[in-house]
Amino acid sequence: MSEPLTESELRRRRGERVEQRNTTCYMCACRCGIRVTVVDGKVRYIQGNPDHPLNKGVICAKGASGIMKQYSPARLTQPLLRKPGAERGAGEFEPISWDEAFRILEERLARIRETDPKKFALFTGRDQMQALTGLFAKQFGTPNYAAHGGVCSVNMAAGMIYTIGGSFWEFGGPDLDRAKLFVMIGTAEDHHSNPLKIAISKFKRRGGRFVSINPVRTGYSAIADEWVPIRPGTDGALLLAITHEIIRRGLYDRDFLVRYTNAPQLVNVDPESPEYGLLVRTRDPVPEGCFDPQNQLWWDRHTDRPVRTHTEGADPYLLGSFTLEDGTPVKPAFQLLVDRLKDYTPEWASRITGIPAETIRRLAHEMGVTARDHRIELPIPWTDAWGREHESVTGNPVAFHAMRGLAAHSNGFHTIRALSILMTVLGTIDRPGGFRHKAPFPRPIPPCAKPPKGPEDVRPGQPLNGMPLGWPAGPDDLFVDERGEPVRIDKGFSWEYPLSVHGLMHNVITNAWRGDPYRIDTLMIFMANMAWNSTMNTVEIRRMLNDKDENGEYKIPFLVVCDAFQSEMVAFADLVLPDTTYLERHDVMSLLDRPISEFDGPVDSVRVPVVPPLGECKPFQEVLIELGSRLKLPAFVNPDGSRKYRDYPDFIVNYETEPGSGIGFLAGWRGKGGEKHLRGEPNPRQWEMYEKNGCVFHYELPRSYQYFRNWNQGYLEWAQRHRLTRYAEPIMIQIYSEVLQKFRLAAEGKWPGRQPPQRLRERIRTYFDPLPFYHEPLEAQVTDTQRYPLNAVTQRPMAMYHSWDSQNAWLRQIHTYNYLYMSPQLGERLGVEDGGWVWVESPWGKVRCRCRFSEAVEPNTVWTWNAIGKQPGAWNLAPDANEGRDGFLLNHLISEELPGGAAGARVSNSDPITGQAGWYDVRVRIYPARADEPGRTWPEFEPARPVPGEPERPRRWLVFSARGKARA
Amino acid sequence: MTQLALVIDLNVCVGCHACVTSCKEWNTSGWAGPMADENPYERDPTGTFFNRVQTFEVGAFPFTETVHFPKSCLHCEEPPCVPVCPTGASYKRAEDGIVLVDYDKCIGCKYCSWACPYGVRELDEHQKVMKKCTLCVDRIYDESLPEAERKPACVLACPTNARLFGDVHDPESEVSVAIRERGGYALMPEWGTKPANHYLPRRKTRIEVTEEELVRADNPLKKERKLPKPAFDEPSLDDVTSW
Amino acid sequence: MHPAFSVIFLTTLIGAGQGLFLALYTVELYAALELLPAPPAAFYTWGSLAALALLGLGLFASFFHLGHPERAWRAAARWRTSWLSREVIVLPALMAAVAAYGLAHLLGLDWRIFGDALPLPGHVTLLLGGIGTVLAFALYLCTGMIYACIRFLQEWHTPLTVINYTLLGGASGFTAATALAAVLSPAHTAFLGRWAIVITLLGMATRVASLVRNARLKPKSTLESAIGVRHTRIVQRSMGFMGGSFNTREFFHGAPPVVYEAVRWAFLVLAFPLPALLLAVGLEGGGTPAFAAAFAVQYLGLLAERWFFFAQANHPQNLYYQTVG
Ligand SMILES: Nc1nc2c(c(=O)[nH]1)N[C@H]1C(S)=C(S)[C@@H](COP(=O)(O)OP(=O)(O)OC[C@H]3O[C@@H](n4cnc5c(=O)[nH]c(N)nc54)[C@H](O)[C@@H]3O)O[C@H]1N2
Ligand SMILES: Nc1nc2c(c(=O)[nH]1)N[C@H]1C(S)=C(S)[C@@H](COP(=O)(O)OP(=O)(O)OC[C@H]3O[C@@H](n4cnc5c(=O)[nH]c(N)nc54)[C@H](O)[C@@H]3O)O[C@H]1N2
Ligand code: SF4
Ligand code: SF4
Ligand code: SF4
Ligand code: SF4
Ligand code: SF4
Ligand SMILES: [Mo]
Repeated sequence: MSEPLTESELRRRRGERVEQRNTTCYMCACRCGIRVTVVDGKVRYIQGNPDHPLNKGVICAKGASGIMKQYSPARLTQPLLRKPGAERGAGEFEPISWDEAFRILEERLARIRETDPKKFALFTGRDQMQALTGLFAKQFGTPNYAAHGGVCSVNMAAGMIYTIGGSFWEFGGPDLDRAKLFVMIGTAEDHHSNPLKIAISKFKRRGGRFVSINPVRTGYSAIADEWVPIRPGTDGALLLAITHEIIRRGLYDRDFLVRYTNAPQLVNVDPESPEYGLLVRTRDPVPEGCFDPQNQLWWDRHTDRPVRTHTEGADPYLLGSFTLEDGTPVKPAFQLLVDRLKDYTPEWASRITGIPAETIRRLAHEMGVTARDHRIELPIPWTDAWGREHESVTGNPVAFHAMRGLAAHSNGFHTIRALSILMTVLGTIDRPGGFRHKAPFPRPIPPCAKPPKGPEDVRPGQPLNGMPLGWPAGPDDLFVDERGEPVRIDKGFSWEYPLSVHGLMHNVITNAWRGDPYRIDTLMIFMANMAWNSTMNTVEIRRMLNDKDENGEYKIPFLVVCDAFQSEMVAFADLVLPDTTYLERHDVMSLLDRPISEFDGPVDSVRVPVVPPLGECKPFQEVLIELGSRLKLPAFVNPDGSRKYRDYPDFIVNYETEPGSGIGFLAGWRGKGGEKHLRGEPNPRQWEMYEKNGCVFHYELPRSYQYFRNWNQGYLEWAQRHRLTRYAEPIMIQIYSEVLQKFRLAAEGKWPGRQPPQRLRERIRTYFDPLPFYHEPLEAQVTDTQRYPLNAVTQRPMAMYHSWDSQNAWLRQIHTYNYLYMSPQLGERLGVEDGGWVWVESPWGKVRCRCRFSEAVEPNTVWTWNAIGKQPGAWNLAPDANEGRDGFLLNHLISEELPGGAAGARVSNSDPITGQAGWYDVRVRIYPARADEPGRTWPEFEPARPVPGEPERPRRWLVFSARGKARA
Repeated sequence: MTQLALVIDLNVCVGCHACVTSCKEWNTSGWAGPMADENPYERDPTGTFFNRVQTFEVGAFPFTETVHFPKSCLHCEEPPCVPVCPTGASYKRAEDGIVLVDYDKCIGCKYCSWACPYGVRELDEHQKVMKKCTLCVDRIYDESLPEAERKPACVLACPTNARLFGDVHDPESEVSVAIRERGGYALMPEWGTKPANHYLPRRKTRIEVTEEELVRADNPLKKERKLPKPAFDEPSLDDVTSW
Repeated sequence: MHPAFSVIFLTTLIGAGQGLFLALYTVELYAALELLPAPPAAFYTWGSLAALALLGLGLFASFFHLGHPERAWRAAARWRTSWLSREVIVLPALMAAVAAYGLAHLLGLDWRIFGDALPLPGHVTLLLGGIGTVLAFALYLCTGMIYACIRFLQEWHTPLTVINYTLLGGASGFTAATALAAVLSPAHTAFLGRWAIVITLLGMATRVASLVRNARLKPKSTLESAIGVRHTRIVQRSMGFMGGSFNTREFFHGAPPVVYEAVRWAFLVLAFPLPALLLAVGLEGGGTPAFAAAFAVQYLGLLAERWFFFAQANHPQNLYYQTVG
């Protein structure tokens, strides 16, 4: 060695063959572009693709550790069938062939489909192929399909989409290139991991001011200019008080509110009227369609009369109280908002949030004054939906970003509505320096897809009538039977959780086990660790998975698990399908799903295999295409019943949403020769063209279409022409939500259509408030908060993805186990020692874990890293590995159900509007573990056993080099 | 004379560990590898890394600052680790100031690690030789790489661009400018090791809002307060009494 | 620092070996000046052999400290800058000198190489011994300087380190020589035993001085200077990994405070007063068993002393490795 050699010289001397290929990372859902260097068939280096619009060449800790995922000893390599007679959870399997696996599945699923398709349930976790899995479920005919959204951040999606037609998460974000003030709320890592890091650091370097509102200061919050520690679950109060102060001071963007929101629109305020609380509309006939017809009224200050909105020359009142000619009392929606905010003063919020009133006021002033006095003006002419031409694009440089700190509470929907309204009042929606949409957003409010309407939409042998998941616009869009009871196994779209637009994955196992609303036959789980971290009440859930009825039959008769690793879930499977890794398969990140679009236009991307699959691993995509073909689901077969698609890549190229629609999974290089974009005939060389372009397609909108997209005529028509939307109508911001009011009317018996069952009327009436309000999370409402005074939350560690990465030899050295962090004062008060073992107890369960003192946490809150603790033996870790002995899972403390009071014996521990899992609501108390208790975590689990076909795990040494053997 | 170095911007580092694993990834299969892991899937896993990211808390609640702090060999200009090495395995290159270890000469006596105040040298327990950051000497001069990629792996990886790389002796280089203009400092200056790597401190941005800014002529409330006049035919005292 | 047993044995064994050799040579010098009767040649040959054995065992122990003992020869390369390299040169040189010295005595070489020019009888053994003595002191210097030269280790960075290495090695060597004399040359026990007591007590004085000094040390590096943030309250939340690393294994003794304290008191008793007492008992008629016991106890004490020497040294790098989190 002596003198250092350059890499290329080293390879030359060793005579090694080096290849590089671009593909897309999947060490997390962010989906950065990566370049993989392979040396003699072995992965040597994974770097960020410098030409990729998302990550621009950077990579994260996980992405750079992809090699250790590829060569992980926890890989599943063969289809496995539970041994006859072996108990579920015992992990006793025998390898079978794929033929056999398909035969079992085909036989079983065909029978279910011909009798009662809803007895097949498909739930998927942190995957990114909902377009395909959803299509499969719909074609199969089952409504019992959802992905992880309900356990994740559906509040974020629903709260914002029902308000502004777009959201954070994968749908939009803060324009930090131009913002001056950035307020980040309840975000630890986010889906947009690398891009957000890139953006925050550029923002800080430009001298922008960064405020983080979070009970905990880690990660991004660490570099905030100001940290505002808040008590969990109270952000609604904070945001309402800030909005109160902004309006009180006149710091709102009046022109924006008038032109682009329903703030000035008149609301019927006659409590006797059947249309009480609805917007007053002209009686002109409007075509039916999934859009907001522009037929509401303003009260014009010039003529002092009601006029149609956007009447040329009119100037509406935002405040006041008026009477229509027919005697109906009306008020502008903004007046109702102001009425609502009246008592939400900073002092009031201070008592709830623990933030000094002065700070709340100061934050409001900073936001308001920065928005007003630092207006951005870009010389980009554009035309609005009413034909008015604008010389320039203007914006107010105050940007927000929020994630699960707001979403994962059962009061999150209203909190997020409050945030959307604050952003709107500041005039920052789809404008430079504020919030920006990403294609295919904005969508109409609500988006057009609708769930089925009743049991009759589930038909043996036929596709589902409707989408498994959709966006109810009112009570009549619910998916309930004639008694108003749920049709879905997770009770989604029922009166219990009417706007559960992403389903309620966290209730599937409990409901199926209990047979409430009914028993199912086969539960297929893809890429979800539901026996561990995507489940609340984990100990009980594991028992339910194993529970048998009086006939000795499993209550959930057949469990299929498709995973790439020996997760905690695998042991419970009857049939295990070994998936490939992201480096071994084709994949698409489609506009039909959640693409990686940028502010400036749609972006979609693909994965291509860079190494061959290990053992008999098969991409789940291929499994679905195969099953679809065998089951003769219409989308997968020709009219004569013959198989339509050779394989997944073939499906991606040739599938069209409707014959000849020109719309498929991929938007790039469509048309026979790849000359068309977004819409066009299938292109047989589409994969090649993606690969040539770094596996990404980026369509940049003309500059004049890039802003104000809710009301940008050019954009709306472009979107319509390219079939991103059906209608080109403006999307008005719903400060006042008519959709919610419709549910409330139904609860009050005033809705002509469907009405809730008696026991849920009060619940609906309370929570379906057309204006945001603050209420305690449901869990706090039923918990003795004197006895359980502390909030317990989790954070995403930047160097771990959920439960995936404990099998990763590099990442697990960074997070080998987890501590419970608490303020030193709290620790002293409780008499516990830094590093000592403590009991954490909630009303629903308890765990023993180790604590660490930290000054970076709000004193009423304790926290830990998410999903670091593991079942001993899972993931092919040694049974005494730290993850299983020292690490713990907070989920044991969280219940999936709460006593429901009047609403029934129990309700899901979820937001009553969206069904969002209330992960961060749990209240706990803490006390030191006794000296004679073992220094181990509790609850303890039997060690999982390695499954057949798993690679031998290297014991003492792992000496990885892309040269010699993978392991020593 | 050239002195290559990293400048680490604590103002933007979010502690993501990308530099930690990308370093390991690049180096374990490269000239400076392998970097062994012991107990990789057992209890107490431990392994060789050239770069670590640590976290410190400064101050007390609620004024706590959380500081993420990446640290690798600082390529000292007066490296105490070099003269103590009995074999000459540890050396500092004259041409670019990189401090390296020649694994073929190293006897694994660990003495150099004692002589480094920063705790950045790690004995590879499998190969039994001393290892440390090489400033990716096998990348930065590799002409088969595109110019933009002739940078250390950790620098390319860092999502916040908190890691700058360049010649701290060239006053016009990006790193020298950053040190000069943004208060770049060295660690443990008390030892006179003259680390080549520097750190850039946190900076705070504040917005001051004055009372005047809160009341302005164009306050929309003025407009809002102008509520409509009541209609002439609305009831008034005129209708009910006379006096 | 983590007290590695290889280094503990290396330094204590060679220290004693050097001391023993110096004791032999002291006797020879005194004898040459006719201040003492001449001991039998066996005293020198067995003595040299014992010294050689101690040095050899030390050398042997040192190999356990190396990742690549087969390359140990390379360690001689940097004698210009590295005290370790110098030690690596001086130790074998000393061994050679001791071997030659012992051999000369064994063979009874009595060439008077300087003729009669000098007042001293110019025996070749005196010359060889003289060379050995220089080398022995050089080796004390080298060994001591290996530790004393690391300025970050403030506990070590003092002349006391070299002095202690010299005196503690000398004490144990003289104690060993006393025991040896009790068997092979009883006439010299008193002389050697007294010297051994004197050196032991001197060593105690300087070692206690270093303890006192170290107790008053103010670490030059603090978390403030380590991360460059000015604040009075800085706490490490995480060192960035959880299962340990070279930096957590090499620089921490890992012993609980009670053990640490116990070792301190153990060596303060075992290395100094107790052997001195045993030596005195020996001199007062206790004889060989007392001297042997003195050496055994003192050596044990020095093992403890060396453990403590390492354990007490607080490396500034430890500032970076305080919290698993
Ligand atoms: N306490 C607490 N619990 C939480 C949360 C929290 O904040 N706190 N967060 C919740 C949220 S937001 C979410 S999204 C859920 C996530 O919960 P899950 O979706 O259950 O997340 P993972 O742990 O990622 O499990 C996914 C499974 O995918 C497998 N897998 C990885 N790669 C592949 C692949 O390529 N193919 C296949 N087939 N499988 C693969 C993994 O082995 C693992 O078993 O957790 C929720 N749980
Ligand atoms: N590295 C990594 N990246 C990931 C994931 C991962 O597991 N690892 N998971 C991915 C997934 S599935 C998701 S859903 C996203 C989630 O991305 P984030 O939402 O950023 O992740 P969480 O860790 O849930 O962060 C929630 C934050 O909210 C704070 N918080 C909790 N309660 C409250 C509250 O009431 N108010 C406020 N203001 N803050 C509160 C917590 O302290 C925490 O900092 O991350 C994605 N990205
Ligand atoms: S952020 Fe996610 S997608 Fe991007 S590099 Fe990291 S793991 Fe891969
Ligand atoms: S990669 Fe960059 S941001 Fe991440 S820890 Fe390293 S220096 Fe900090
Ligand atoms: S940081 Fe340590 S290892 Fe690196 S050059 Fe300086 S003293 Fe040597
Ligand atoms: S460990 Fe290797 S590099 Fe370090 S001082 Fe010893 S021989 Fe030199
Ligand atoms: S410069 Fe290279 S070797 Fe040094 S820390 Fe960065 S990646 Fe690792
Ligand atoms: Mo999630």
